[in-house]
Formats: sequence, structure tokens, C-alpha cells
Amino acid sequence: MNGLHLDNIAITAGGVPLVALSAHIPPGETLTVMGPSGVGKSTLLAGVMGTLPAGFALGGRLRLNGRELTGLPPEDRRLGILFQDELLFPHLSVGGNLAFALPARLRGRARRARIEDALDRIGLSGFATRDPATLSGGQKARVALMRMLLADPQALLLDEPFSRLDTALRARIRALVFGLAADRGLPVLLVTHDGEDVPPGGRVVQLGG
Amino acid sequence: MQLLRAAPALTLLILLGPVAAGLMGTLAPAFGVLPALGGTTPGLAPLRTLLAWPGLTEAVGLSISTGIAATILSLGVVTLFTAGWYGTRPMRWLTRLLAPLLAIPHAAAAFGLAFLVAPSGWLARVFSPWATGWDRPPDLLIVQDPLGLTMIAGLVVKEIPFLMLMTLAALPQAHPEKRLTIARALGHGRVSGWLKAVFPAVYTQIRLPVYAVLAYSLTVVDVAIILGPNTPPPLAVQVVRWMSDPDLSMRFPASAGAMLQLVLVLGALGLWRLGEHMIARLARPWAEAGPQHLPMRGAGLALAALGAGTVLAGLGVLGLWSVAGFWPFPDALPRSTEMAGWVRHGAALGTAAWETLRIATAATGAALGMALACLEAEHRFGLTPGTRSLWVLYLPLLIPQVAFLPGLQTLALITGAPEGGMVVLGHLVFVLPYVFLTLAAPWRAWDTRHATVAAALGAGPWRVFWTVRLPMLASPVLTAGAVGLAVSVGQYLPTLLIGGGRIQTLTTEAVALASGGDRRVIGVTALAQTALAVGGFALALAIPRLMWRNRRGLRGGR
Repeated sequence: MNGLHLDNIAITAGGVPLVALSAHIPPGETLTVMGPSGVGKSTLLAGVMGTLPAGFALGGRLRLNGRELTGLPPEDRRLGILFQDELLFPHLSVGGNLAFALPARLRGRARRARIEDALDRIGLSGFATRDPATLSGGQKARVALMRMLLADPQALLLDEPFSRLDTALRARIRALVFGLAADRGLPVLLVTHDGEDVPPGGRVVQLGG
Repeated sequence: MQLLRAAPALTLLILLGPVAAGLMGTLAPAFGVLPALGGTTPGLAPLRTLLAWPGLTEAVGLSISTGIAATILSLGVVTLFTAGWYGTRPMRWLTRLLAPLLAIPHAAAAFGLAFLVAPSGWLARVFSPWATGWDRPPDLLIVQDPLGLTMIAGLVVKEIPFLMLMTLAALPQAHPEKRLTIARALGHGRVSGWLKAVFPAVYTQIRLPVYAVLAYSLTVVDVAIILGPNTPPPLAVQVVRWMSDPDLSMRFPASAGAMLQLVLVLGALGLWRLGEHMIARLARPWAEAGPQHLPMRGAGLALAALGAGTVLAGLGVLGLWSVAGFWPFPDALPRSTEMAGWVRHGAALGTAAWETLRIATAATGAALGMALACLEAEHRFGLTPGTRSLWVLYLPLLIPQVAFLPGLQTLALITGAPEGGMVVLGHLVFVLPYVFLTLAAPWRAWDTRHATVAAALGAGPWRVFWTVRLPMLASPVLTAGAVGLAVSVGQYLPTLLIGGGRIQTLTTEAVALASGGDRRVIGVTALAQTALAVGGFALALAIPRLMWRNRRGLRGGR
């Protein structure tokens, strides 16, 4: 039973049903949840992530590669998440942002080498000491993506991650994200209001409207 | 985790415990019960002694008139100035002065005012003898005048920056641009449009701070000792005199007076509330009467600038006196300058400054810790703070200090609690609300998606707190610390009453000098006091700038 299972997920706010979904996302595949803003797409992701605000409740079960996620704290779920904004930590350098995702047991030279290698792979060699606020939009997006992958997630949650990028950049970053997810065999749950974001051959679920 | 969950309740206890215990400790002797002094049977004797005091009517009258006048004037100036100048350059200039103006302790500002307006003060010197014909200081009672006018002025110049800050914080929720644009499109003038369309929304949000100003002005002691009338003084000052009387039996009328002070504050708050309703009713027909122009824009700017200018000029004159050599009247500047004052009082000042700093850092550190724990608990356990928690925060600021600090001292004596710790606790009660109120808004405004991202990267809640949220919010945390430090440095009564006169800070030293009239020592002490308070703000500005000099995302804007 590999992949991400959403078994009869139902999110309620103060007892009022908001979003309900049942789906299985196999490794390497993407499920796109679409719908106008305000139907609870981001709430659905918060439910999967385990960060629902007080007053919200999640019913149903979440399983990832056979592991029960329901009830686990967010930091133990091994889910990667990308938002519309890159949300690079402004007080850390580019390298520091990447290092934040690395396990503590990786130390010293090995840790630095890992960061340099990660920067090489996104075409940002030598950027380790840079202030994230000085990067271009595309560079920030790549750092955010690499930071997520360094934590070695087993599934990806994407909350309209491309909508802030301009058209040319958008296609490239999109290809990069889905390419890496497919290479690593990660199930992807994408929420968006833009049909352009749906990867070729990907399944789509419509919410609300 | 367990401790964090209990943080709000613990904080509540630390905030309200001393207030409640202190009130009890004042209430009992007010009715004659204080076993340590032989009072065992409840009775009305203390009340009778209080009522037999010949100055009572006048003292009560003074408290009420100065308190209400100071509140109306400071609220009026702030409202008029914001109405006329919101979003303009003069407003930006004056708001830049807010932090230092707020940090300057009340006592220092009061001394500065006294040094400006006294018959031998700097203003008289500047206009003498060419304009006034005075070659000796005139025989006028300006400082400590019987009506308390100078005292009102001293309160107003310090309350303007506080109400200004509260107004600025409240403004975004009142959508001033939209409301004002609509009002002006309908033909209203700038000031009348603001008063009719924006002010009601602002006032509902600054109501508690206004109440705090009223309660403070009605019960203030340090400013009253420096600028207020002496015979009789306002009630709060008389209560403190009785409290400090070597004849311990005076504790009984002192407690009765403290209770009367509490009744006065509650009465004044009730009266103010009634006034709110009446003004709301009377103003409605005015608001509905159609477009108007109130030619009061200039007055608003002039008064606000006068308030800020007075405090700053007062500091300047304090500085002059602190280094003045021979300075006869009516010279506007000293004939010579010397550092003798600083050298002579350096050692004594150093001890008091050290004591001030110790109390202030302990109280501020504790307040920051509790505020952060409460805010973090709120975030982690999804607690939503209601209006009631805001009232709780303001409670120590609404209840007169003289009504519960004497009781706290009595309790400290009875239980044998260490004096130093009790003084810090006394300061904490006043520091915590300001620290919490300053920190809460930026802390809550933080984008919690950063926490989600960090958690997705494997960081638990404590790692998120220490390595993401706290560093990102370092600047507001330091600012809140600076506010706490300034509040503590400026405290007079908690140190005096709980410390039983044995703990000397720069503020108690400065106020004690008021009756002596040695201007050089006063200048030196008041400046040292100001330097401590303002220094905190300077550090709060400088540290993030250094720490984040290579982090554009965290510089400026806050």
C-alpha cells in the first residue's frame, strides 16, 4: 500500500463540514485539487499537514507508505510543503536555510559539502552565504524547493506554489518540481485554481462551485 | 509543555495576585485592623481621622480636577493633531520622536518643565530683563501653584506621546483613509470629517488606554510632589506622606485615604463613561448636520509640537544645569561650565543607577519571559484571547498604586518576604502589561506558515520557537524589553512603598531632591535617569541593525 492515502478525510469547523475528500495518490503521481478561492483548499492541506487551527477538526484517516499519519505531530509526518510564497527564513543565509532541513547527525565538512552540492544542483553554486532577500524570484523558488527536498520527504504538498512566478519562470519551475517528484517517486497533492498547473496526465478533483 | 500550558494562568496570578493581596492589605488597616500595630478590632476610627484632616476637601478636589483636566487635554491634543495631520510630513516627524518622548521618565520630564517655567527658570531668563524688566526672579508661584496648573501641564506633555502611540496602533482597524476620503468627498473639512467619521472608531479602541491615563493622572505621586501644590497636596501625595510618617499609627488614616483614592478613581471612571454616552448623544445631531469646516488644524499641530518641545527643551535645561558653574539670573546661559556636579555625585549616582538597573532588568526579564510564554501558548494551543484578558492586563494600570502598594508592603513585612524580591514583583505588575501590549501585536502578526514550513522540515515546536520565530521577531522583542525597562526605571511608588525607603533608585533619589532645590544635583540625577530609560531604546534599535546588517528581509519596516 504505497503512496498517500486520504481515507474519507472530512474537515469540520465548529461541527460544520468544510471539505471532504477520499483519494489515493500512488508514488510519482500528482493529484490536483481545484476550486475557487475560499472552498477550503488550503484548509485541506493544513489538515494533511496536521496544522489545522483551533476549532477545526479532521475526520478520517491519513496514511503514507503504510504509515499512519493521523495524530502525528507535523514534524514527524515527513511531508514536504511549498506555499505560494517561498517563505525562506529571512534571518538565515541561503546555506543556512538549506542546512535547516538537514539532519543534525550530518556535521562539519560533510554538512557543508551537502549544502554546496545542493546549491550546485539548482544552479546556485557559491550562494551559501548570500542573504535570501537579495535573490531573484526564480532563485528563491529553487532554494525553497531544494530546502524541502533536503528534508527527504515522502510526499509533497503544494499550495499554489507557482502562482507568484511570471509566465516564463513558471513553466520552468513547474517542470523542475514535477520532474524531481517523479524521479524520487513522491506522491504529490497540489491545490490550485489555475488549470495550467496540472501536470500532463494528472488526475484532477474539483472542490465546491 | 505542561508549564507552557499553564503560562497564561500563572501570568494572571502574578499580575492580579499582588493587586488583590495588596488591596486586602490596605483595606484591613483602613478599618482599623493591623495586628502588628495593635489594631485588632475593626472600626471606623481611621476613617474618622481621615475626615478630621482639614485639608481633605481641597486634596480630593485637587486630585479630581488635575486628573480629569490632564486626561481631557491630552486626549484633545492627540485627537486634534491626528485629525488635522494624519498621513502628512509633520505627523511623520513628530511620530519619530515618540519612542524617546515615551521613554523619558515622568519625574525627569516634570523637573525639566519646572526648570523651564519657574520664576527663575529658563523662559523667564530668556525674556529678562529686556522684555519683562525683571532683574530678579519675580515673586510668582508658578511651580506648585495652588490650582495644580503646572502639574496638569507636566502630566499632559507625558500623556500625549502615550495616547499618540495607542492611537497610531488603533488606526489601521479604523480604516482612516477610506473613511476620511468619503467624508471629504461629501464636503466635510479635514478635521470635522475626522472627528465625525474616524474618531468614534478610534476611540472605542483606545478607551482602555484613556482610562489608564485618567486613573494615573488622578493618583500620580512623583509628578505631584515635583510640580503639584503642597498645602494641601493631592490626596495620593498625602497618603504617601502618612505612609512614610515615623509615627506608625498614621498607617491607619493612610489606608483609609488609599481606599478613598480607590473610590475616587472608580467614581471618576464612572463619570467619564457617563461623559462618553452624553457626548455620543450630543454629537450625533452634529455629525448628521452636514458638512462643516473646523479651522483648528493649526492649533492641533501647535499644541502637539508644544508638548514635544516642552519635554525636549526641559531636558536641555536639565543638561545645562547639570554642568552649570556660576549662573546668575537673568543670564540665559551659565557663565561657566564644570563637571563638578557629575564628579561630586558620581559615586552615589552609580549605586542608585546600579540598583535601578538591577530591578529593571529583573522585572523586564521576567515580564518578557511571561509574555513570550503566554503568546507561545496561545499559538500552540490555539487559545483565543478575548476582551476580558485585555481588561486584566489593564487592571494594574487602573487601580491606584497607593491603594494596593501599601498593603503589599504590609504583607511583605508580615510574611518576611525578601524586600528586593518584593520590589521587583511590585515593578513587574506595571512592567508586564506594557511589555505584553507592545509585544502581542507583532508576535501575533507573524506569518505562521513559517512554522508550518519549519515543521515540514522536521523541526519540533521548541526548535521553531528558538530558531525561527524568536530570531525573526528579535526586533519587536527587544523593543518590548526597552519599553519594560523604561517603565521600571520611571517607577517611584513601588520602590518607595514596598522598599520601605531602604531601596534607592535614580527615581526615588530624584523625587527626594524636589524639596531641596539644588538644581545641579537634580539636573545630574534626572539626566542619569533619562539616560537609562532612553539607552534601552537605543540598544533595541542598534542590536537588530547590527545583527541583521546582512539581512535585508529583517531590516526596516518595524
